[in-house]
Amino acid sequence: MGMRSAFDEIMGQAGSTTPRAELAALGNWIATTPDAELRRRQQSAEATFRQLGITFAVYGDSDASERIIPFDIVPRIFLASEWARLSEGLVQRVEAINAFLHDIYGERRILSDGVLPPDLIFGNPQFRPEIAGIRPPHDVWAHICGIDLVRTGPDDFFVLEDNARTPSGVSYMLENREAMLRLCPELFRDFRVAAVDSYPDRLLETMKSVAPQGVAAPVCVVLTPGHYNSAYYEHSFLADSMGVELVEAADLVVDDDIVWMRTIAGRVKVDVIYRRIDDDYLDPLVFRPDSMLGVPGLIAAYAAGNVAILNAPGNGIADDKAIYSYMPEIVKFYSGGEPKLPNVETWRCREPQALKYVLDNLADVVVKLVDGSGGYGMLVGPTATKAEIEAFRAALIAEPHRYIAQPTLALSTVPTMTDAGLAPRHVDFRPFVLTGSKGVQVVPGGLTRVALKEGSLVVNSSQGGGTKDSFVLMDDGAQPLEAQTQTQSQEQTA
Amino acid sequence: MRLSVDHRTTYRFSSPQARLTQLLRLIPDGTHDQSVASWNLHVDCDARLRHGRDGFGNRTTMLYVEGPIESIEIAVSGEVLTHSSNGVVHGAHEPLPPAVFLRATPLTTPDADIAAFASAIPDGDPITRLHALNLAVHRRFALDRGRAVAGRSAITAFSQGAASPRDMAQVFITAARVLDVPARYVSGYSPVCAVGAGRPAPHGWAEAYVAGLGWVAFDPCTGLSADEAYARVAVALDSAGAAPVAGSRLGEGEEMLDVDLHVDRSGQ
Repeated sequence: MGMRSAFDEIMGQAGSTTPRAELAALGNWIATTPDAELRRRQQSAEATFRQLGITFAVYGDSDASERIIPFDIVPRIFLASEWARLSEGLVQRVEAINAFLHDIYGERRILSDGVLPPDLIFGNPQFRPEIAGIRPPHDVWAHICGIDLVRTGPDDFFVLEDNARTPSGVSYMLENREAMLRLCPELFRDFRVAAVDSYPDRLLETMKSVAPQGVAAPVCVVLTPGHYNSAYYEHSFLADSMGVELVEAADLVVDDDIVWMRTIAGRVKVDVIYRRIDDDYLDPLVFRPDSMLGVPGLIAAYAAGNVAILNAPGNGIADDKAIYSYMPEIVKFYSGGEPKLPNVETWRCREPQALKYVLDNLADVVVKLVDGSGGYGMLVGPTATKAEIEAFRAALIAEPHRYIAQPTLALSTVPTMTDAGLAPRHVDFRPFVLTGSKGVQVVPGGLTRVALKEGSLVVNSSQGGGTKDSFVLMDDGAQPLEAQTQTQSQEQTA
Repeated sequence: MRLSVDHRTTYRFSSPQARLTQLLRLIPDGTHDQSVASWNLHVDCDARLRHGRDGFGNRTTMLYVEGPIESIEIAVSGEVLTHSSNGVVHGAHEPLPPAVFLRATPLTTPDADIAAFASAIPDGDPITRLHALNLAVHRRFALDRGRAVAGRSAITAFSQGAASPRDMAQVFITAARVLDVPARYVSGYSPVCAVGAGRPAPHGWAEAYVAGLGWVAFDPCTGLSADEAYARVAVALDSAGAAPVAGSRLGEGEEMLDVDLHVDRSGQ
């Protein structure tokens, strides 16, 4: 395991000294652009990000609360044919997530058919009984999904994690592209790259499409917890680029089960809310009573069908790590076919046999907390110290149900600028998938995260990861394809 | 039994409020064991009311008032006819399976003391154990006839010598879940455990799920199963989830709560 056997997305199979044939132009660009020039451009991009305030807060690090995420100048590239297959898998996965949420808060057929153990749902804090029985407008739940993928070969993609609550990172996709267009225009002459700058339009279109029935010109807003939030830049960026209001809870009021926005010109009825606050803080009358961030009555307005909330409250049950290992069964159950995008093999440590295997192989596996995120509470066996491994062994034995484990995958690499020049670094990928009333679409691009430390597999920005632009090619050197994958969603209860 | 209820909740504010938004769980539903003969909800100011149901199947009323508002009285009154069912609940609207009611909430998280208390209940068939638990909670506490302290957790309640009906019910459900029995909080009306004619708050008791029987009501306040002298209104994971009034107000100052509640039984 580790870097030696890893597939390089530009160079091809490990050990190759020439780039993949379709990407020869990029190899040429790398070879002919001096490192100093690549570094200069990279620094220019980072200076812009700093100026824009695209920073993030590192949890548990009070000194460096505002950092920019390092940007790497070498893009990662998807061929059109690779993207087409990947998109099909993403559409299938997100359709299944929507169908699952519709079912689990409604009829719960998947439980009565014995596909999932009921305690996995009912004992899970992410299953919110408070909103059971509510049907969101147009039955769409997971409007904006970020599906985290890893790759081990040309066509070998695996889902690492689903994000169906409030996935962030789309502003990096857009800003990284803008920087690349400015700093490396020659690459866009060499390659026909699908544009991502339509994302705000597509998001707005998605929001309008799920407005309650009978609303002719829906009013949409972005709801932020405020400027102390680490993703505030993204909230204001998205509101700005969609041309809608960025509001905080105090700007909204519910009256007669209708949501209103206070403006200087008086009250304006709100039909669609893209919320970037957690369920717990949505409505103090239903969730946490001590919440100052929420809007009293919001859930009543939602239950009455008078407002759409993106993403729907209660979605956490779909992207929970305990549920993740069952996603292949979930996809199969709702789509009727085999999953086109596989999961990473996962051992559920709550199962004694799996636990035994994990304990016997701690040095080779990745162990994750079921309820952890952001790369915290995680053991990467091959790079861990003996002491770290023994600490996890004790934790696993004490509370096995809190952990899952996965094999250490030979994550693909992409050439990345390092102090010693360009070198392969491991990457993952978060594409963004939008679901509106008319179907599911995959945005042709996404967020590539790169582990900047040599050999590291942890790409989280809080753990020293950076980002890259992600090119989706519109053709494999032949005729241009339609950049956007659009399918009609299946009847969700079918 | 015919239970007649007259329940007035008054909030007075030390300075006028710009807005009030409240979620009320004050309307009982009919079951096979109770039928609502008449029920009225009345608010003494210009309020907009919207009826619905929450995720637990409870009837809810959203109340919206625009200020300035200095006080509000929410009055419910009516009659519920009940039948004896040995505490077993029949025909209630149940949108959620019992397994949901095994989870702990911030108010019903056990500590080592509650866990030890629950584990000390002798083994036996489920219904016998639950009766034993109910009696153990009943014996542990003196009845606090004052108004329950808002937001008091089972852990805090367990450390006190006296407990309100609400706190006792919450200790019961916390302990029942330790024993892996689904349990839930019930808010409603009963003349039991009253002093004289008035009561400081609606009553609170518990229901536990017994396979083969269904939901069975226990009132640790009496140490008995709830009988026909109880009219159930709302159930939830804890007392906060079943609260008769959950409110939010926009404005400065303090609020003073006054409850005037009479529950009378007439006829068998």
